[in-house]
Amino acid sequence: MRRVAVVGIGETKFGPAQDKTSVELFAEAAMEAMTGSNLKPKDMQALFLGNVLGDFSEGQGMVQAFAAENIGCYNIPANRYEGACASASMAVRDAFMWIASGFYDVVLAGGVERAATMGTAMATRTFAMFSDSHYEYPAGITFPALFAMLAHLYAAKYGIPLEKLKEQMATVSVQSYRYGMFNPKGHLHKEVDVAAVLNSFMVSTPLQLHDCCPFSDGAAALVLTTEEIARKLTDKPVFITGVGQASSGPLVSQRDYLPRLKAREISAQRAYEMAGLKPEDIDFCELHDCFSIASLIAAEGLGFFDYGTSGEAWMKGEAAIGGKIAINPSGGLKSKGHPIGATGAGQVYEVTKQLRGEVEPERMVEGARIGMTDTLGGDGGTLVNMILQRGW
Amino acid sequence: MEYKLTFKEYSEALKENRLLGLICQQCGTVTSPPKMVCGNCAGTDMEITELAGEGKIQTFTSNNVAAEGREDEAPYVVLLVELDEGPWVMGNLVGIDPAAVGMELIGQKVSMDGNKVFPGDRYSDGESTRPLFRLQG
Repeated sequence: MRRVAVVGIGETKFGPAQDKTSVELFAEAAMEAMTGSNLKPKDMQALFLGNVLGDFSEGQGMVQAFAAENIGCYNIPANRYEGACASASMAVRDAFMWIASGFYDVVLAGGVERAATMGTAMATRTFAMFSDSHYEYPAGITFPALFAMLAHLYAAKYGIPLEKLKEQMATVSVQSYRYGMFNPKGHLHKEVDVAAVLNSFMVSTPLQLHDCCPFSDGAAALVLTTEEIARKLTDKPVFITGVGQASSGPLVSQRDYLPRLKAREISAQRAYEMAGLKPEDIDFCELHDCFSIASLIAAEGLGFFDYGTSGEAWMKGEAAIGGKIAINPSGGLKSKGHPIGATGAGQVYEVTKQLRGEVEPERMVEGARIGMTDTLGGDGGTLVNMILQRGW
Repeated sequence: MEYKLTFKEYSEALKENRLLGLICQQCGTVTSPPKMVCGNCAGTDMEITELAGEGKIQTFTSNNVAAEGREDEAPYVVLLVELDEGPWVMGNLVGIDPAAVGMELIGQKVSMDGNKVFPGDRYSDGESTRPLFRLQG
């Protein structure tokens, strides 16, 4: 297997409904990534693009072919990936595998979504398509409701009084808002304290508005290539050294393993094994905090904290920059935003920027050499993890 | 290989208050909602069985924000119930005030008390049914 490097990164601002089409949004991110890599559209051998709901948000299917043509990547194979919120991470992982295997030398990967454009009611409906549409949606399940049930289950399983868990979850959101203040590409730029979280609108008990990430529009793109080509293009190649992906069935089929998500634990283990690393080797992680409780479940499933203890860890600052492991210095999905089909590529964008030392000083993880991504699709249906390391 | 218990058959039975599952002829495990293979041993030799509709609440939420087209249903309580036969199913809790439920629900015994049909919307392939549960005692 050949080593694979990220040599170009691009990202639009993640934000509320934008007056740009999916093709336009992705084109902006893609041109930034290609320009930054010192490569041209004609050098891209394939496009792997995450996009979940373009059919619904703007009546556009097969967006990847139109995007490739729009940016001058004429006639290259273009694949769309749909794994709910993990779509772009699937695209990046596949790009990694095709380059590692020797089939391609240069691949453009990324994602785009216009979740905000759909508005709350339609986005809530279409996001619910990533639960079981026949056996679960009839009961009125939504994504906040699903993670709300996991929160109650978490409190019961680990014997944490709900009031205490809610304070821990609020602390997770407060930290993400704080870092997000300094991310110019982020969706939300507001200071929120624990009291504000606990006083916000109750969406689905026990999750309140500030426990939930926003619906965002946005795009992200990456140029991936071989080590040999990367060394000619840049002094700062970032290598993808471990990847993992796994799946699970409907929530009810996951039963008493819950609130842990088995797919994440399998996926992360594969990534660690491939990289030859352990959780304690990771300097920082961009993990899938679609809801505050999701951060706690993720941090434990990735091996950063013991089961049932990560809320306490956040309270003690162990998940902050300077703590045991810096979690979501980008602001995470909570603050940076969640354009679902682009989110995973956005995480790789952030990890690459951190490793290169190019982020704002207020949210910089000084001296970071190893970063990780964690992207969750549905209620554990698709999980992707990637480990990235400095190549210099 | 023919699918033993389809969604349509499951949903139609549920409309008549019969909650169906599949019992594995190899390991005895009951799987519901139905699948092609046993949820425990992945065997395919399964027979349709009717479940008693009794179990205990594993988790819940009281949801205030419904999806497009279902706004009139909110607030409502969604449950994950572990049935006495083993499977976990998703349904709604009735006979309570959705604004007044809390952690005390977890572990409580419930019985199926009818069903409710979701008539479907422009995104779905027709109607579908979920079980309704009521606290015992």
